[in-house]
Formats: sequence, C-alpha cells, structure tokens
Amino acid sequence: MAEWSLSRRRRALTERGAIFGRIRGFFQEKGYLEVETPFRMPTPAPEPQIDAIPADGWFLQTSPELCMKRLLAAGFERIFQICRCWRHGERGSRHLSEFSMLEWYCAQADYLHLMAETEELIRAAAASPKISYRGLTIDLTPPWERITVAEAFRRYTDLTVERALAAGMFDQLMVELIEPGLGLSKPTFIHDYPASCAALSRLKEGEPGVAERFELYIGGLEIANAFSELTDPEEQRQRFEAAAVERAELGKTVYPPAEKFLAALEHMPESAGIALGLDRLVMVLLDAESIDEVVAFTTEEL
Amino acid sequence: MYTAADLRKGLKITLDNEPYIITSFDFAKPGKGQALYRTKMKNMITGSTLDRTYRSGDTFEPASLVDRKMQYLYKEDDHYCFMDNDSFEQVHVSETALGDAKNYLIDNLMVDVLLFRDQAIGVDVPNFINLRVTQTDPWVKGDTSGSDSKPATVETGYVLRVPPFIEEGELIVIDTRNGEYSTRVKG
Repeated sequence: MAEWSLSRRRRALTERGAIFGRIRGFFQEKGYLEVETPFRMPTPAPEPQIDAIPADGWFLQTSPELCMKRLLAAGFERIFQICRCWRHGERGSRHLSEFSMLEWYCAQADYLHLMAETEELIRAAAASPKISYRGLTIDLTPPWERITVAEAFRRYTDLTVERALAAGMFDQLMVELIEPGLGLSKPTFIHDYPASCAALSRLKEGEPGVAERFELYIGGLEIANAFSELTDPEEQRQRFEAAAVERAELGKTVYPPAEKFLAALEHMPESAGIALGLDRLVMVLLDAESIDEVVAFTTEEL
Repeated sequence: MYTAADLRKGLKITLDNEPYIITSFDFAKPGKGQALYRTKMKNMITGSTLDRTYRSGDTFEPASLVDRKMQYLYKEDDHYCFMDNDSFEQVHVSETALGDAKNYLIDNLMVDVLLFRDQAIGVDVPNFINLRVTQTDPWVKGDTSGSDSKPATVETGYVLRVPPFIEEGELIVIDTRNGEYSTRVKG
C-alpha cells in the first residue's frame, strides 16, 4: 500500500517539479550559470537571528551566500543555485528547518534590477498571469507594488520605524500588522530597510540610515530577500563583528570569522543578490495552506 | 519549565495563576528578524480566549493540574460523565471544556481527567484511538478524477478526510493530536 501522505501530495509534487523546471529554463535563457556549492561549511554567515545546525564540527549552510559571492569575486558574473538550506528551530506552517532555496547573483546590478528580474521570474514560473491564494486573486502582471519600510510603518502601525526599533517591536509589528497587508492584489516589494536590519547589504547613497534591501511578499507570505551587495571588506568585517557581539549577548553560538569570504570581497564587483524560498513560492502558486503540503517529506515524517 | 520553543497546540501552561491550553500555534519570523511564537490560548476554567505572541527566551510554568485515570460513561445534555474505577467517584465535564476530545469519546474509553483545585476542567485522550467508520461514500474503481481523499463519519459523529479505499464498517486509527486519519486497522 502506497503511503497516503505521499499519494495525497501527487499533484503538488508534480506541479512543484514543473515550476522548478520553468525556473531553470528562465535562468538559462537569461545567460545565468547554474552552480553548486558545498552544504557543509566551516562557518555560516553570522546573522544575529539565524542559527545553523552543527554537522561534524562544521555547520550545515543557512544559505549559499558566502560561497556564491566568492564565485562572483572570481568573475562568475551571473550565477544561480537551487539548494537545500538548514535553520535550527524554524518550524511552523510556513517554515521547515530544512528547506529549498533559490539564490541568484548578478554583477553590475543593484536591487532595483533584481525587483524587475524577480517580477519576470515569478511570472514565468507561474502557469498563468493571475493566481488564487487563500481566497485572494493576485495579479502577477508587472509592475508590482512597491512600498518603503518607513511608509509601511506609517500606513499599518502607530509607530515610526525608529520608535519601533527603539522599543524592540520592529519584528513583531512587521509580523502582526504589516505582513498581513502586503501583496494582496499584486505582489509587493517592501524596501529600504533600516541599516541595522541588513548585515550584508550596501547602504543607500545619500540616506546612510537605510540599506538597499527588499523583501517580496505575495498574499502576506514572505517569498524573497534581496540586497545591493556590500562590497567593502572593512565595513563587512565590522558588521560581522557586530553580529558576533549581538549573538554572544543573546547567548547564541558565536561562529568563527569567514576569512576567505572577507578576503574575496576585495575583488567582488558591484552586484546584487537575492534568496528566494522555493517551498513558499510553490505554496503561493498552488494555493497551499501549509508548507507541509508542497514537500515530499517533512522532518516529522522521516 | 517550558520555553517558547516547546509551545505547540495542546500544551497546558500557567498564566496569572490559572491553567491555559494552547488552541492554536504558529511560528513566525520576518525576514532576518527574530523568531516569534504566535499562540491562541483558552483559559481552562472560564473558557475565555487570548492571543499572545512570545519570543525565544520566554519561559512558562506547566499548568498545575492533577490527572486521574477515569472511564468515560455517558453524555447527558452538554455534560460528559466519567468514573474513577477504584473509588467509583463520578465527575462531569462540560462539552466546551472537552474541546476536541469529545470527537474521540466512545463508551468505556479510559482517559486522564484533568483536575484544577479539585475541579474537573478537561480530559486528555490517548494519542491514537481506533474508531469505526459509520458512513462514507464507496470508492469507484477506476475513478480518474484524481481525488485522493474523501469525507468519512466515525462512530462518535466526528467527520474527517480518509483515503478513498476506506469502506463503511472499517476500523481506522486517528491521531488525536491533529484529528487526522493515521492508518487502518487490518482484520
């Protein structure tokens, strides 16, 4: 007898495979090279709030970011990767501790370029220009909506971004009041994050308090995160050190410095990079209520 | 002591000295931000509900409940009656206090009745319970509609989704933690 949880997901897994196929086709057509980098790393990117799973003295990657940027620095100017990433303790209806990530990097580009490319990619990955998700009809025809973080706080909350950060309420307000309103009729890019919320992002020219970072939301679900990449090794080192201090203060594991990455940053061209949660994209395109419905096996089913 | 990472549906905690049960739980984490644990919970005495969001590092005391093995006897109006087989003492639990557990109560089932200051405020049923299917549409062989589940009613009146091959009269195992079909009992 076939396992019911698997036969029940036949349609979702078939569609998932087709979506992955269209994504690979999109990048090949655009002249991107598909790359693979190791999953097990001596040190992850030191994000204050992302915890890596230890693996035989090293760590499972939380993102392929560091290796992909080393490739960029070595002259691989348009690259993409579809791979597994692991994040300790992240499990819910929209989180799996092991999940599928799509990352792509483009030299001589900034985050605005990536917004346009993301619009094209997701339109190509979807079978039709309009999708139904959780009772919403969402139009994928570009251009999509854009809103700055500052504007979103003004529109959806009673606090300014600065006050929310000072009160330690930034993330909670984002989750409870802002996210549910984003991407309801068209996908929405929320952009220009406070500099303190973007460890690997370039700051905006003329607006040093703001980082060139965006997140994409569709139907209230966070799909992707992108930056104009920081290419200054000295500033990157200081931010990594600040992140390490923050991790220590939170009582979290402090990771060894990513020296080879920092050395490679000397040669990295101006570029932009983006990480997109593929399981979540499939959820939105298939109108799935839970991330469990779009993967063959959850951790609990092993 | 529980931490935020222990939060899940069905967990019972103490809040303001009263027992609460988590009725809905989800994990949220915006972008590169901090983990947030979003819960809805029900006061197990008054039945009133609360929405609360917690963060990593928050801790909770377990609800201070005493549990006693008791047997389910019968339902009367909106109360369910249970008996301690050693002392023959009987207690009544309201339908609201039972929550989802009422979906699994068949005669003579042994459950843990939860007592708070000697008052019965809920029951814990076993994780897996066998129940007989009393109504479900037959499986049409060669059905190509692609439907991979169908509704079925079990002997307690509870309705759930089951695989298409399940027939009326069959005994199935239900996972009471999520209310879903688990497998069928052969034989």
